[in-house]
Amino acid sequence: MLVVLTVIAIVAAGVLASVNAVTAPQIEKINADNLAAGIKAVMGSDDIQVSEPVETDAFTSYSIKDKEGNPLGKAVVTTENGFGGPLKVLVGFDIEGDILGYTVLEHQETPGLGAKAGEWFQDKIIGMNPGKNNFTVSKDGGEVDAITASTITSRAFLRAIQNAYDKIIAGQDVASGATKQATASDMGTPEVIE
Amino acid sequence: MNNLKVLVNGIIKENPTFVLLLGMCPTLGTTSSAINGMSMGLATMCVLILSNFIIALIKKLIPDAVRIPSYIVVIASLVTVLQMVIKAYAPDIDKSLGLFIPLIVVNCIILGRAESFAAKNGAIASIFDGIGIGLGFTIALTCLGAVRELLGTGAIFGVTLWGENYGMLMFVLAPGAFLALAYLIVLFNKYIKKA
Amino acid sequence: MDYVLSLILIVITAIFVNNVVLAQFLGICPFLGVSKKVDTASGMGMAVTAVLVVATIVTYLLQVYVLNVFGLEYLQTIAFILVIAALVQMIEIILKKTMPALYQALGVFLPLITTNCCILGVAILVIQKDYDLLEGVIYALSTGLGFLLAMVLFAGLREQLDLVDVPKSFRGVPIALVTASLLAMAFMGFSGVDGGLKILFGL
Repeated sequence: MLVVLTVIAIVAAGVLASVNAVTAPQIEKINADNLAAGIKAVMGSDDIQVSEPVETDAFTSYSIKDKEGNPLGKAVVTTENGFGGPLKVLVGFDIEGDILGYTVLEHQETPGLGAKAGEWFQDKIIGMNPGKNNFTVSKDGGEVDAITASTITSRAFLRAIQNAYDKIIAGQDVASGATKQATASDMGTPEVIE
Repeated sequence: MNNLKVLVNGIIKENPTFVLLLGMCPTLGTTSSAINGMSMGLATMCVLILSNFIIALIKKLIPDAVRIPSYIVVIASLVTVLQMVIKAYAPDIDKSLGLFIPLIVVNCIILGRAESFAAKNGAIASIFDGIGIGLGFTIALTCLGAVRELLGTGAIFGVTLWGENYGMLMFVLAPGAFLALAYLIVLFNKYIKKA
Repeated sequence: MDYVLSLILIVITAIFVNNVVLAQFLGICPFLGVSKKVDTASGMGMAVTAVLVVATIVTYLLQVYVLNVFGLEYLQTIAFILVIAALVQMIEIILKKTMPALYQALGVFLPLITTNCCILGVAILVIQKDYDLLEGVIYALSTGLGFLLAMVLFAGLREQLDLVDVPKSFRGVPIALVTASLLAMAFMGFSGVDGGLKILFGL
């Protein structure tokens, strides 16, 4: 009887290994494609060069240049705890720190409510600058309208972008990579990254 | 029993959700919208049909003492294959169902049918049992998802029916899952099971 | 210090905010199945808590020292469920031999626990959340306590239900589900507590 169980286990492991061999590259490709498409979408341009990812604390950032090599800005992956779990957002900043676009990569928000974050903020925050605008929901005195009945998700979403701005964009001259004086924002002084 | 009877039996008389009350975790956990409920139902149905079929084929080769562990290995392998395929070709489903895909392994419906049907019947009948029970489960999950989505967000399969501002949060969240299931079971028992 | 506070946060979140049964829908079968009496419900709750802790330690070590090392992450589901099944059997045998009194109390629940999805669910979640071993154990323990709490509260309510005249169609499971719904609603009052504590603790 141990023989039978062993045979079954070996057959099962063999099947899984072969399926894994087929699907693993596909899974990697999908993830890579999603990221590439996401970066293009949030930077609002198809003709771009994407740098190798740079890990800073919990953030992953990519420096973006256009075809001729002129810097366009940065795309940052940032995570914050939402209502149902981690909320992972990819956000694109131009060299001034203005938001070019964003896309929600992963979320566990309530369907029909917090899950609307993917579209809701598109016409609200693009063009804003977390260093200059009061980047909080109107309930907290800020300039952004929260998703109806989903204030917790909205706050988490804005905080995710604010954090990305504070850590990655503020105080850093995106063009040369050199440090410049951080602009004080009404959210408190952003950290200067040396 | 002919195959058609086996099939209908799974949808109505032995409906896994409304009558047998099996597989309650995914039933409550993945039905926050109709489409999620349906994806979960279909994923479970795939595993169920294949596990019923394979177990019916190999049951004579397995000594009684290692029956349950062997079944678990078969089911767990099928679930893992499904998990990889979904990740590779339908990443959106993977995102919305998340943890509940590997948890199909411990869905009592699957081990239950392996024990009570596939271990006693032929391969073809077992396939039909898998389809029947699988459909019963899918229909139940889709109904529950549709009810919760409609009451909770005013939409069905993502199509908004009454205005963007409508929202009855409770039905999308945990309490609504229990409540909606309770009322669906009552309605099922009163009108469908009797007929 | 931050580490201790983060552990406290894990405990409170797992027991109250993200209660395994009432918010995450794991372990619903025993929650509905063995909750008619407070005694049996608390027995089941304790058995689940014990298995959860042991299973999490073993599956964590298996993941870190075997699956990750050999690049076999895709065998996670199958390896975990086999380990859990074997572990439950072993606990049953050991309890029977060494602690007959405890076996008397918990023994009947043990075979049911293999297919309790909260064991496998928590084992996978600990890996997904990137916890270290201590965090994982604390998380498993508090999830078990959360399960125990939900079980005992629910069984207490169901015992009272026996004395009430329930409409015919609602007798049995439907009224139990309605009760569970009210309990889940009560637990929703804790939502946001984790975020508040996080700020309070300065994490």
